[in-house]
Amino acid sequence: MLQFILKRLGLALLVALTVSIISFSLLFLSGDPASAIGGETATDQDIEAIRVLYGFDRPLVVQYWDWLSSALTGDLGESYYFKLPVASLIADRLQITMILGVCGISFALLTAVPLGVAAAIRPNSFIDRLALFLSVAGQAMPSFWFGLILIVVFAIQLGWLPPSGASSPVHFIMPTIVLGYYAMPAIMRLTRAGMLDVLSSDYIRTARAKGASEGRVLFKHALRNAIIPVVSLAAVQMGFMLGGSIVVESIFALHGAGYLAWESIARNDLPTVQALILVFSLFYIIFTFLSDVLNAWLDPRMRAG
Amino acid sequence: MKYARSNWTAAATAICVACAGSAWAGKADDTLNAAFTKELENVDSYFNSSREGVVLQRAIWDGLIYRDPATNEYKGNLATSWEWIDDTTLEFKLREGVTFHNGEPFNADDVVYTVNFVADEANGVKTQRNVNWMKSAEKIDEYTVRILLKEPFPAAIEFLSGPVSMYPNEYYAEAGPSGMGLKPVGTGPYKVIDVVPGAHFVLEKNETYHDSPKGQPEIGKVDIRTIPDVNTQIAELFSGSLDLIWQTPADQAEKLATMDQFTVANESTMRIGYLTLDAAGRTGEDNPFTKLKVRQAVAHAIDREALVNALLKGKSQVISTACYPSQFGCDQNVTSYEYDPEKARALLAEAGYPDGFSTDYYAYRDRDYAEAISSFLNAVGIETNFNMLQYSALRELRMKEGSPVSFQTWGSYSINDTSAITSQFFKFGSLDDSRDQEVKDWLDIADSSTDPEVRKEHYSKALKKIADQVYWVPMFSYNTNYVFTKDVDYTPTPDEVLRFTTMRWN
Repeated sequence: MLQFILKRLGLALLVALTVSIISFSLLFLSGDPASAIGGETATDQDIEAIRVLYGFDRPLVVQYWDWLSSALTGDLGESYYFKLPVASLIADRLQITMILGVCGISFALLTAVPLGVAAAIRPNSFIDRLALFLSVAGQAMPSFWFGLILIVVFAIQLGWLPPSGASSPVHFIMPTIVLGYYAMPAIMRLTRAGMLDVLSSDYIRTARAKGASEGRVLFKHALRNAIIPVVSLAAVQMGFMLGGSIVVESIFALHGAGYLAWESIARNDLPTVQALILVFSLFYIIFTFLSDVLNAWLDPRMRAG
Repeated sequence: MKYARSNWTAAATAICVACAGSAWAGKADDTLNAAFTKELENVDSYFNSSREGVVLQRAIWDGLIYRDPATNEYKGNLATSWEWIDDTTLEFKLREGVTFHNGEPFNADDVVYTVNFVADEANGVKTQRNVNWMKSAEKIDEYTVRILLKEPFPAAIEFLSGPVSMYPNEYYAEAGPSGMGLKPVGTGPYKVIDVVPGAHFVLEKNETYHDSPKGQPEIGKVDIRTIPDVNTQIAELFSGSLDLIWQTPADQAEKLATMDQFTVANESTMRIGYLTLDAAGRTGEDNPFTKLKVRQAVAHAIDREALVNALLKGKSQVISTACYPSQFGCDQNVTSYEYDPEKARALLAEAGYPDGFSTDYYAYRDRDYAEAISSFLNAVGIETNFNMLQYSALRELRMKEGSPVSFQTWGSYSINDTSAITSQFFKFGSLDDSRDQEVKDWLDIADSSTDPEVRKEHYSKALKKIADQVYWVPMFSYNTNYVFTKDVDYTPTPDEVLRFTTMRWN
């Protein structure tokens, strides 16, 4: 088991390193960073001065090594754009994104799993059709449109919720629904498929035959097995939510890490982008790892491996 | 984030529908709620190059001089009078009894410190051209100060009345640009009470503001949030949690204007849009744009009137000179080219392209305008291979190898002088696509002469030649929509600076 974990960790670190090298080179390919920092009003001399000041005139490899060696000592540098330490900038923004991500995935799981189970118990019933409808709609609706519709209904027509911002828990209700609803369909369909599969298996028939209550059969025997792929999927979705909630953060003016990453790419703010990519890849690594552990707990067969 | 750091992280997980809509804004609690679209990098006005930064700068700080946006007349602000001692020396008498928001008194030491700090290139002021004409400043006595210029620079007064603000010497020495960005201190009509970098800014009326030509602020608090999505801004406006938005796209503004609860005010800005053509042949000797007739054909091919009426709307106007009409020296009496596609085709044929030709065509913003221009060019046989690039990528391309034709815009960083635009692009810099020695010589004279008549004459010569040679095809000026609720009374100015000081409650 320990060997397995170490192997996984080593692989994960290699992935993080590769991602950071690629993103570093891509940023240089997407435009001259000195021009981006100088902005539209910078003169030729300004741009030249910036190039020297930030060391863009040095070979790319040297620049990357510089960044990597200070990042390894915990120094993520200063944002070119905000002139603030990247670490504190990201810490502030990550808080928003984490809250949104946790709420979003909780919303998705709390709606998707019960719906998936209900749909699997009675295939082709009304509840199954409803679940199918909800998941198709969730998959088909773009977040920016769904978000605006929610704003129009709940903030303007009904006046129940604030349209945007992050100054109170209430501000997170609509973003949570939009972000969670986007992740819901996949989780629900997977739960339904898993449950259908498991419910027709021999050991469920055995459990029923020995007189176990329906609730016990469903949740102790069936769901526990059906949920294993869902846990892996949810882990990936969670990573996606932390890094990819750009649209939702931008519509609801949340100023989280996803939006910061998006804007920083446009601004060629290298230290910020590099640090965010590092953090996002760490999230993926941690969540995938956690899902493995959780799966091992759910399925004793995996513990042996 | 400051407000997120409180103890509600736990509460957020137990989301419950509390009563929203508390303390909704506006007139009732004397707080004007406004929105920015873009994240401002640093409130310190010397370390940002954003329009949002200019808006805050005018509210938080003061300059020595002030230009009345209505009459363009220069008035004393932190200085009460000024005079040119010689071509490179300006002497100021300072206003007495002014204090900074932190209580520090304003005097010659502050001016000397600010000027010497920003003029020193090593301090890395982001907007170098706002300050790089100053050499240093010296104190004559407590309330008299001299600013020394590197070389004669007649636009000095315009710069001193705009982007050059006075900072408190003791505080700035200690706080530096990062500290100033997080806790700005000035003498201006509004003081800053909260900054969340990029996201949220709260200003409060300076009750002891000096007798400034900016006028006295009336609205008690200004709360500005950055809301990147225009639709969300409009939703906030509808729900009553915003009182004012700006830079609203023309189509949205048109719809909002039909509603009773909002006022839509439109005002022109100093930004102009133009095509720059590779007359110098930087992209290749045989490049079609090196031929005058081809350049004239381009100018005749585009219906600029239609672009203004259909896309830009508002107070935008068709322009023919390579500058914004209100700028000093921007002579309007130059050759203009009417929309005439037939003539354009004939000119192309005369130039040796009876069947037209194809060319790369670039833009970095306003895709819809750029595409409309491209279709006008296609219609006369100039087949455009349209590339939309990031600003920094297009700039790199133009600096290195030039572009045959590209759609560019320039806002003159709100400086009302032709030196802020024409001289930036026709003096053999890396973005000069014409490289005309005569034009450069005229601009050099106009930029450095202290005689206004000499300046006008030489700008005029340069602008006339640029138009005759069609180095640029000037298109239109931009405009901005300001949308606010009926509670707010505001008249925008043509320089795209939101002035909270002149806003009133109805």
